[in-house]
Amino acid sequence: MSHSIAIARETLLDTPGLSEAHLDQVMNRLLSRRVDAADIYFQYARLESWVLEDGIIKEGSHSIEQGAGLRAISGDKTGFAYTDSLELSRLLDAAGAARAIAKAGQHGTQAVSAQGVPAPLYPAINPLDSLNEEQKIDLMRRADAAARAADPRVQQVIVSLVAAHDIVLVMDNAGQISGDVRPLVRMNVQVIVEHNGKREQGSAGGGAREALDFFLVDDRAVGYAHEAVRQALVNLDAVAAPAGMLPVVLGPGWPGVLLHEAVGHGLEGDFNRKGTSAFSGRIGQRVASPLCTVVDDGTLPGRRGSLTVDDEGTPSGNNVLIENGILKGYMQDRMNARLMGVAPTGNGRRESYAHLPMPRMTNTYMLAGKHKADEIIASVKHGLYAVNFGGGQVDITSGKFVFSANEAYLIENGKVTRPVKGATLIGNGPEVMNRISMVGDDLALDGGIGTCGKEGQSVPVGVGQPTLKIDQLTVGGTAA
Amino acid sequence: MTESEQIARLQGVVEDLLHEARNQGADAAEAGVSAQTGLSVTVRLGETETIEHTSDNGLGITVYFGRRKGSANTTDLRPEAIRESVAAACRIARYTSEDPAAGLADPDLLARDVPDLDLYHPWQVDAEQAAAIARECEDAARHADPRISNSEGATLYTQRSSFVYGNSHGFIGGYPTTRHSLSCAVIAQQGDEMQRDYWYDSSRVPSELADPAEIGRRAAERTLARLDGRHLSTRECPVLFRADIAPSLLRSLFGAIRGHAVYRKSTFLLDQIGEQIFPEWVGVTENPLQPRGPASAPFDNEGVATRYRELISGGVLQGYLLDSYAARKLGMQSTASAGGVRNARITSSGESFADLLSKMDRGVLVTELMGQGSNMVTGDYSRGAAGFWVENGEIQYPIEEITVAGNLRDMYHQLLAVGTDDDIPSSIKTGSWLIERMTVGGN
Repeated sequence: MSHSIAIARETLLDTPGLSEAHLDQVMNRLLSRRVDAADIYFQYARLESWVLEDGIIKEGSHSIEQGAGLRAISGDKTGFAYTDSLELSRLLDAAGAARAIAKAGQHGTQAVSAQGVPAPLYPAINPLDSLNEEQKIDLMRRADAAARAADPRVQQVIVSLVAAHDIVLVMDNAGQISGDVRPLVRMNVQVIVEHNGKREQGSAGGGAREALDFFLVDDRAVGYAHEAVRQALVNLDAVAAPAGMLPVVLGPGWPGVLLHEAVGHGLEGDFNRKGTSAFSGRIGQRVASPLCTVVDDGTLPGRRGSLTVDDEGTPSGNNVLIENGILKGYMQDRMNARLMGVAPTGNGRRESYAHLPMPRMTNTYMLAGKHKADEIIASVKHGLYAVNFGGGQVDITSGKFVFSANEAYLIENGKVTRPVKGATLIGNGPEVMNRISMVGDDLALDGGIGTCGKEGQSVPVGVGQPTLKIDQLTVGGTAA
Repeated sequence: MTESEQIARLQGVVEDLLHEARNQGADAAEAGVSAQTGLSVTVRLGETETIEHTSDNGLGITVYFGRRKGSANTTDLRPEAIRESVAAACRIARYTSEDPAAGLADPDLLARDVPDLDLYHPWQVDAEQAAAIARECEDAARHADPRISNSEGATLYTQRSSFVYGNSHGFIGGYPTTRHSLSCAVIAQQGDEMQRDYWYDSSRVPSELADPAEIGRRAAERTLARLDGRHLSTRECPVLFRADIAPSLLRSLFGAIRGHAVYRKSTFLLDQIGEQIFPEWVGVTENPLQPRGPASAPFDNEGVATRYRELISGGVLQGYLLDSYAARKLGMQSTASAGGVRNARITSSGESFADLLSKMDRGVLVTELMGQGSNMVTGDYSRGAAGFWVENGEIQYPIEEITVAGNLRDMYHQLLAVGTDDDIPSSIKTGSWLIERMTVGGN
């Protein structure tokens, strides 16, 4: 048994006094004649956050989230109940409520194949204790000092530091028990700069499934501070962004939010089973230019979006979504995989015990191509070079998606020239993917900052891509 | 447990928390506790798809040692979790800095009584009855037109909550609330094109929810109207933001006048009290005491008594949205805004929706906004959008894949009209907004 599973059993079963016999009793209550699949998900989570502002440690907060979610599935119908108490009586009550769905269901069976326990992708540590309080405060003060020292125009610095310790244990109706210990740390530096009465902001940060000393390695905390100041100063000089269709070159790394919105969500199994995605029924078809190979890879060690096992106990995978422009497969949780007659891909994720799992992305990125970034920029006569983004959004049914640049430049005659103000870019997923005409050799993943929202549930994710060129994309500036 | 027993139980938890904080050495403390139960039933393609029983407890405590503070929250209300939380908050307070602005709300501002705002109307609906209502809603949408080809389903959600807040000034108050909603999302198909849209209603009172079939028909109508969407060439023109998306423009205003944004100087409306933000005919009010109101509350998240307020009058900014902390940072007084704006409303300039289309004559009617895309420090605004092209005051055809861009400061000044069509299920009441000129990005 792996160390993670041992910790999960001790925390979530031994401490509240639950035995395997108790679990069987709850599972039996959850299962009825018409239930095809069921699971019990236990969670213990502790989170700590600190905020530095105005040069002082202004706030600190500690959170406890603990409970169990019980799910019964009959065909494509789901019954769900949860409890914040791990007492047997409360688990049995929740099981009774969740199984009620089966009255409406039809009979079927769920074949669950036994799977090995994968090697952990991150250490089974509690990151809240990975630095002491003085060290955490010192880390934030260093970032604050670095930002203020970087330029006299810096007026305000806000530094946040978050550490989360998440222990989960899931038992399915075949009796298989999986567990995981998931550390997650995140740091961010936000600055406001002012010059001649004009103000701008910049923000930078990173994170990983590691201990807090991740931010000490390579002096990352100071690097975030310098990056936030640099961005804010660039934007201070920004002119109006262009409006209309232009060639757009996206920088490597975080601009991969393009893939998350343009294709990622549309390839989640639930939408495709229901036929509500613009990519429904298109496996084997061309959905992107032949230069594009896109994967969703939950197996990268220590990454923010990585999972040793997903929230249904399935080991995460490196799943090819699009290969040389051809759609290869969807991301699946167990229920949608069963209903579509394919294997689960390790993408069954949930925000917490109080939320139902569904197919979600992990780390989604495009593989490197053969062009140099310089060559790609040089190929554009008049266009936009966008290197930093805020969030995005997609309508998976029509395929329309947006993502908002917050650091971008004009390309004039093959050269990056003036910075332009932030602007939203909009396009249609399959169309835009087909307009990718050059792919760089500089694949990079983001620094560990992404959070994805779907149906009200937030989960940490990663994105990445090399520099790439989209021949035409609508840019939402004001300079018509 | 009855609601009054539930409130009494939560008051006991708050009293225990404040007592525990004192025992652990805190000079002052405040705590909020909530308990919520609900039922969510989704019907898709006529069949019950999910039945979710929700049950959430939450507790938050903040302790003060002099002017240093620490906070903790937990979903676990057992005594040992409460002790752990108080201990964690006290431990954190040893490491935070002295902050002259930190502390409880001023005692003079705390609510003296807790008026009954008529917010509690539980719905005794079981999963089968809920499914029947959701099915009626979805059926109406699916049968509205043969082009409605698929569905994301209809969901009935009902919840009841109780909330108690107390602090070491001796304030303790609580009240129960209910909220019920019914939503429906369907898909229309024409050739290779698929479009999706939705509609919903939400109310404190079950009997005040719109007719399920009406919600379904409206979801279908909105979805069908998107079919055959065309592109538009890039241009500058007037833009009409339909009432159901117009609240986002007021949310940007509220974000810009939040005390925390003001003291951080991270707002495009810095030092604008007394300044003209909108044309003279515009007024924006907040009424937290509105009976049955979607965002009503007798006191804010710090126990400060709420009251009716003018935020914009004669187009002029009257004040910021201040909690105690931001108020002290700015040398002002709390405006009972801890927790946000409650039941905002903007005056209408008197035109119906049809009048607004005529007034615009030729321009873009925006019915969907996508992405974040506003920079609150500069006011620069750029969003993805979809809607309709309007010519001769009449809707011509749907348009998609466009952007609308400008600067919020200019957009507020260039507000030509707000319609009377404010029948939207939002805690921000507004009709459609006609803005004189924006940049529309297209192909």
